[in-house]
Amino acid sequence: MKNEKLYNSGVLTELCKGAVLPPKELWENKKGGLVIIECPQRIPCNPCHTSCPTGAVVEFKDINDQPEIDYEKCTGCGMCVAKCPGLACFVIDLTFSEDKALLKLPYELTPMPEKKDKVWCLNRVGEVVTEGTVENITEPFKDSTKVLHVSIDKSFVDQVRSVRVVK
Amino acid sequence: MSEIKKTDILIVGGGAAGLSAAAEAASYGAKITVLESDLHLGGQLVKQTHKFFGSKDEHAGTRGYKIADIILKEIEDNKENVEVHTNTAAVGFYKNDGIVTAMSGEESYFKLQPKKILMATGAQERIIPFPNNDLPGVYGAGAVQTLMNVYGVVPGKKVLMVGAGNIGLIVSYQLMQAGVEIAAVLEALPKIGGYWVHAAKIRRLGVPILLRHTIKAALGKDVVEGAVIQELNDKFQLIGEPKKIDCDVICLAVGLTPTNEMLWQAGCEMKFVSQLCGHVPVRDAKLRTSHPDFWVAGDAAGIEEASAAMIEGRIAGLAMSEALGLKIQQENYGIYQERLDSLRRGEAGEKIRCGLGMAQITDWGNK
Amino acid sequence: MQLIKSHPILEFSHGKIVKFSFDGKDMKGFEGEPIAMALHANGVHIYRITPEMKRPRGFFCAIGKCSSCFMVVDGVPNVRTCVTPLNEGMKVETQTGKGTVPLNMEVGNNE
Ligand SMILES: Cc1cc2nc3c(=O)[nH]c(=O)nc-3n(C[C@H](O)[C@H](O)[C@H](O)COP(=O)(O)OP(=O)(O)OC[C@H]3O[C@@H](n4cnc5c(N)ncnc54)[C@H](O)[C@@H]3O)c2cc1C
Ligand code: SF4
Ligand code: SF4
Ligand code: FES
Repeated sequence: MKNEKLYNSGVLTELCKGAVLPPKELWENKKGGLVIIECPQRIPCNPCHTSCPTGAVVEFKDINDQPEIDYEKCTGCGMCVAKCPGLACFVIDLTFSEDKALLKLPYELTPMPEKKDKVWCLNRVGEVVTEGTVENITEPFKDSTKVLHVSIDKSFVDQVRSVRVVK
Repeated sequence: MSEIKKTDILIVGGGAAGLSAAAEAASYGAKITVLESDLHLGGQLVKQTHKFFGSKDEHAGTRGYKIADIILKEIEDNKENVEVHTNTAAVGFYKNDGIVTAMSGEESYFKLQPKKILMATGAQERIIPFPNNDLPGVYGAGAVQTLMNVYGVVPGKKVLMVGAGNIGLIVSYQLMQAGVEIAAVLEALPKIGGYWVHAAKIRRLGVPILLRHTIKAALGKDVVEGAVIQELNDKFQLIGEPKKIDCDVICLAVGLTPTNEMLWQAGCEMKFVSQLCGHVPVRDAKLRTSHPDFWVAGDAAGIEEASAAMIEGRIAGLAMSEALGLKIQQENYGIYQERLDSLRRGEAGEKIRCGLGMAQITDWGNK
Repeated sequence: MQLIKSHPILEFSHGKIVKFSFDGKDMKGFEGEPIAMALHANGVHIYRITPEMKRPRGFFCAIGKCSSCFMVVDGVPNVRTCVTPLNEGMKVETQTGKGTVPLNMEVGNNE
């Protein structure tokens, strides 16, 4: 019941589709990482599919379909991360180091961090759960949506979905 | 008033629908006049900094204000066919002689005599009653967007957003992009009305979305200095203790209603359709109203989305050109209709499908 | 002026800066932008006082549809300041009540 209320205000809960993580055996050693898409509602939208160069986001039969992922094909390139208008796509690379994972997430706020900056990592309700380090910043479509590559402690990968930059 | 301006097609409103109609009709050689009451073209599109939903054909994944530029560029190709008047509002239609009066600026008027008219006037914001809702600082969501996204003015320090439909959610995110703090987003229903992903975006930045909450009053003597909010039960009765919220702007995003006064003046058959958010003209699939020379497209025909507004504009542009006897691309009807249908197929489109069931007829026959 | 200093998506290109007056005070704004926006940027939020209830009003719709932003501009009352462009030297005043049209002024059609 409590979860339903959270979900109804835009917080992913284990109740729904979209809360699933990639299959462990494929994910653990996958250089570049795999995509996570948190888009649990049928809406008329498909840029995650049209922007994906490898066909990892399977073609939509109907534009309202929810994204289906073929993890075998995903390279973790992050194009969908930059293109999704819902900012619902993330890439998590578990091979970054022994204890750290690399999270690629969309960012369109100010201030803009620089490489090696420390940032606060926020969970799905905006609480600070850990600190991360900005390893890289890309702008795949040169359209002002940046993709931040942030290294975080592996134990937080299923929680962190945003960052706060303090300057 | 001496001269009467003649034109093939008059398009009232230069937003997503109106501009798309102009682009389509101009390509068949129709002479078009566009009247836009705002100081610039683009309607709602120019205020949208976020990337749009929809499919590639409607420029999904592109930011709203850039979409306006894309359509304007298309019109450029046939610019000799399109005359644009900004800061000019269509204010009246005279049934007897088919004359439209337009007001340019605050004081100067002129007359037009178009062969066909498209109403693409978009929508107006709703307001809800609460004590002090007229205080300066209580702004419509569109006004807040105009202020910050078009003119770069900071709307305030801390905003209370009322309404968690797409507009409330998106404008909250845009406010954060402009560096403004959001105190909370209130929603009277037990569930957000907008897309879930838009809510998730602001939730993960720490914005509370208070479901089953309403605004009870705005506080302040001359300007907004705060607000009182309270929880609702499932019968929408106030429960619990009222709570004070610190804010200097209260942004109302409680819905839009179609703007289409001139269609009443023209005697078009109108119908109240709650799913389309107000009174809308009865129209056929080519968007003609019961008046043989009046078409309608976009939010003026029922509140929907820019993606649908653009396609409707195309269909209306096509149909008006056909009615003028111009050679058109017949197959476009089918292409555009299929795109519209596919947008409306999902969960979010159910309301629209239902509304259209009431407002759309198959054919006007010989009417 | 209270302007957005840095924005992650937008770049604002403003026009020429012009001087205008609000209730006798000198202010600055951008030429061609709506008067109401210029006032807001100068921290002015009250644009008129209503005739009956004497309530302060600011703008509401910002698209010329709600009449909330009526002011007296260069002597002319009931000007929708949210859609009227600002010009050099404009005299903008808070409107109290319904506003009266000065008799020596031509209003209506200018042919
Ligand atoms: C915050 C927000 C976010 C949105 N996000 C999305 C999205 O992600 N995807 C999407 O598809 N849609 C979105 N929309 C919806 C979309 O913007 C509208 O559905 C669309 O712009 C409607 O287009 P239109 O041409 O019918 O109306 P408008 O864009 O409103 O244009 C109407 C124009 O007519 C002018 N006008 C009105 N009356 C007169 C008159 N009498 N004389 C002359 N001119 C007149 C107005 O000034 C206006 O410029 C969003 C809307 C808002 C407010
Ligand atoms: S990360 Fe790249 S390959 Fe994987 S789904 Fe996204 S766009 Fe496709
Ligand atoms: S692009 Fe984003 S919001 Fe749209 S369907 Fe794909 S994941 Fe969902
Ligand atoms: S604010 Fe509504 S008319 Fe100006």
